[in-house]
Amino acid sequence: MSEQPRRRALGFLERWLVFAGAVVVWEIVTRISDSVFFPPPSKIVQFCAELWFVAEPTQLFLADTVYEDILPSLARALGGWLITAVVGISLGLALGRSRIAYEYLNPLVTFLRSVPPPALIPVFMVAFGIGAQMQIATIVFGALWPVLLNSVDGARSVDRVKTDTARSFRISRTEWIRMVVFPAALPKIFAGLRTSLAISLILMVMSELVSSNHGIGYRIQLSQNTFSFDTMWAWLVLLGALGYLLNNALLALERRMLGWQPKREAAPATAKAGG
Amino acid sequence: MTTMLEVSDLGHTYGSGDTAYTAISDLSFTVETGELTCIVGPSGCGKSTLLRAIAGLHTPTGGTVRLKGETVAGVPEDLAVVFQDYSRSLFPWLTVRDNVEFPLRSRGVSADDRASRAAEALEWVGLGKAGKKYPWQLSGGMQQRVSIARALACRPSLLLMDEPFASVDAQTRFELEDLLLRVRRELNATVLLVTHDIDESVYLGDRVLVLSKPPATVVAELPVDLPPVRDQITTRESDAFVSLRSEVARLLHGKEPATRSAPQVTSEAAGTGDQGVHVADGGTPKGQRTVTAPKNRRNGAGGKGRKKHMKTKKKRGVTVQRPR
Ligand SMILES: Nc1ncnc2c1ncn2[C@@H]1O[C@H](COP(=O)(O)OP(=O)(O)O)[C@@H](O)[C@H]1O
Ligand SMILES: [Mg+2]
Repeated sequence: MSEQPRRRALGFLERWLVFAGAVVVWEIVTRISDSVFFPPPSKIVQFCAELWFVAEPTQLFLADTVYEDILPSLARALGGWLITAVVGISLGLALGRSRIAYEYLNPLVTFLRSVPPPALIPVFMVAFGIGAQMQIATIVFGALWPVLLNSVDGARSVDRVKTDTARSFRISRTEWIRMVVFPAALPKIFAGLRTSLAISLILMVMSELVSSNHGIGYRIQLSQNTFSFDTMWAWLVLLGALGYLLNNALLALERRMLGWQPKREAAPATAKAGG
Repeated sequence: MTTMLEVSDLGHTYGSGDTAYTAISDLSFTVETGELTCIVGPSGCGKSTLLRAIAGLHTPTGGTVRLKGETVAGVPEDLAVVFQDYSRSLFPWLTVRDNVEFPLRSRGVSADDRASRAAEALEWVGLGKAGKKYPWQLSGGMQQRVSIARALACRPSLLLMDEPFASVDAQTRFELEDLLLRVRRELNATVLLVTHDIDESVYLGDRVLVLSKPPATVVAELPVDLPPVRDQITTRESDAFVSLRSEVARLLHGKEPATRSAPQVTSEAAGTGDQGVHVADGGTPKGQRTVTAPKNRRNGAGGKGRKKHMKTKKKRGVTVQRPR
């Protein structure tokens, strides 16, 4: 009984030991070199606190910039990512189950996903103007492919015995998609969703660096232009933390939804095919 | 007794042109309501091809299948299939109970009815307590029980089984065979089961249909005169069982002469020259019986030219279909 928590605590320590070590080294090196471009982490943390927290209960102790920059940026990144998920999964499952559709659309997909999304920012700027629309378009265009291609792959992984079983029981189309194809593809879909989430955050910052009057990317750009490197580092740390938290949240969701999968230790009983 | 299934002149050719491969041809037989019919044939002879055609999973290239008098086009409503590969036939993301309930969803059965029917079906196969587990948490034999329960929960008029016990160990196979016999007796189910296992076909069947090498046709139809309640030990050692399995083995191996004591099958005059299964008994020591291959009168090569014309010969309830 006590074995499990202890092992978990040890694993937790091990994981964070490397991180803590890196921070300590960083602190020492930056203090010795004493460069204005590379402030020590302790100073960055201090700046973070000053930047985002205020003694104002009505604002939940959060500074204006949280409401004006961080939350709008997050909303665009997550909004774009959610659109990506819905479009990518539904299109991917359809393509994965239809040979003809796949063969017709495959060249187009390969062509489109070869275009680097940042290169399309100017195009979307012309099409949508400067603002959330253009940023979300950039995110969707860049983050769609991992979800789409993984969903196609996952949908194709449904084997013939399952297809035959579903057909012989006259499973309706919606049940077939909802309870066979989708769960079969889900492990792959999650792999795609995680990659897409990272891409969404990157493209969110990138589109804000290029053209915006608020948001995390805009703040980084601004602090760089005004030589406030401490502030710039604070925003960079925020991006790292956001990426880490969002990824972990997604992993937790994945563990919940893929709870049916055999645990790695347990050896599943398998049947020999043949006859 | 009414006819449940009527298969006439069924044939199936995979591919076309040079790569065309005829798996089955001119297959005809019927299955009566309430009967358990076994089809036995060597691996690769086209048993799955036949079952898939009956289940409407593919359209045969020739012949017709009639279920309760209606020609099968597409998957019939009143039918359930148990596949050999249970680990892939069950859905690993659904619990055992959800697996059993799953087909009922598409049949518009209410959630309450689904739950009670699934519980009932799991009870039939002795898995009343495993409903909340996932299939991979069960042994192979238990997984196959789940797929049997899933098929039974649909209350099909006809249950098709494609080598259902071929992937489990011998001990489990015996258990599952007895389970099938018990369940079909209790539910009065009509079952068509294919297997490559001669003993299994005789042990389970009310009737055994023997398939030839591809292109598969029905070469013989043997009623199984064993008591309805069977026992893995006493039935298998009974004379009737032993002689039946020899009979099937001979028919399966076609031309190879088999030697085996079969006391209760008395010798019969070889009779006419076109006698398909030539029985020479009594003259040989220890009551041996020699079975020669069906002779093709036209080219003399045993069994080679069999195709179109089938002649059915009734003899002691053993129907021997053979080419002429
Ligand atoms: N889709 C297919 N295309 C071509 N040949 C096939 C196909 N399915 C089965 N066959 C061939 O048909 C023959 C019979 O197959 P099958 O019905 O699965 O035999 P069994 O179930 O008796 O072992 C085999 O020789 C196999 O190679
Ligand atoms: Mg087969």
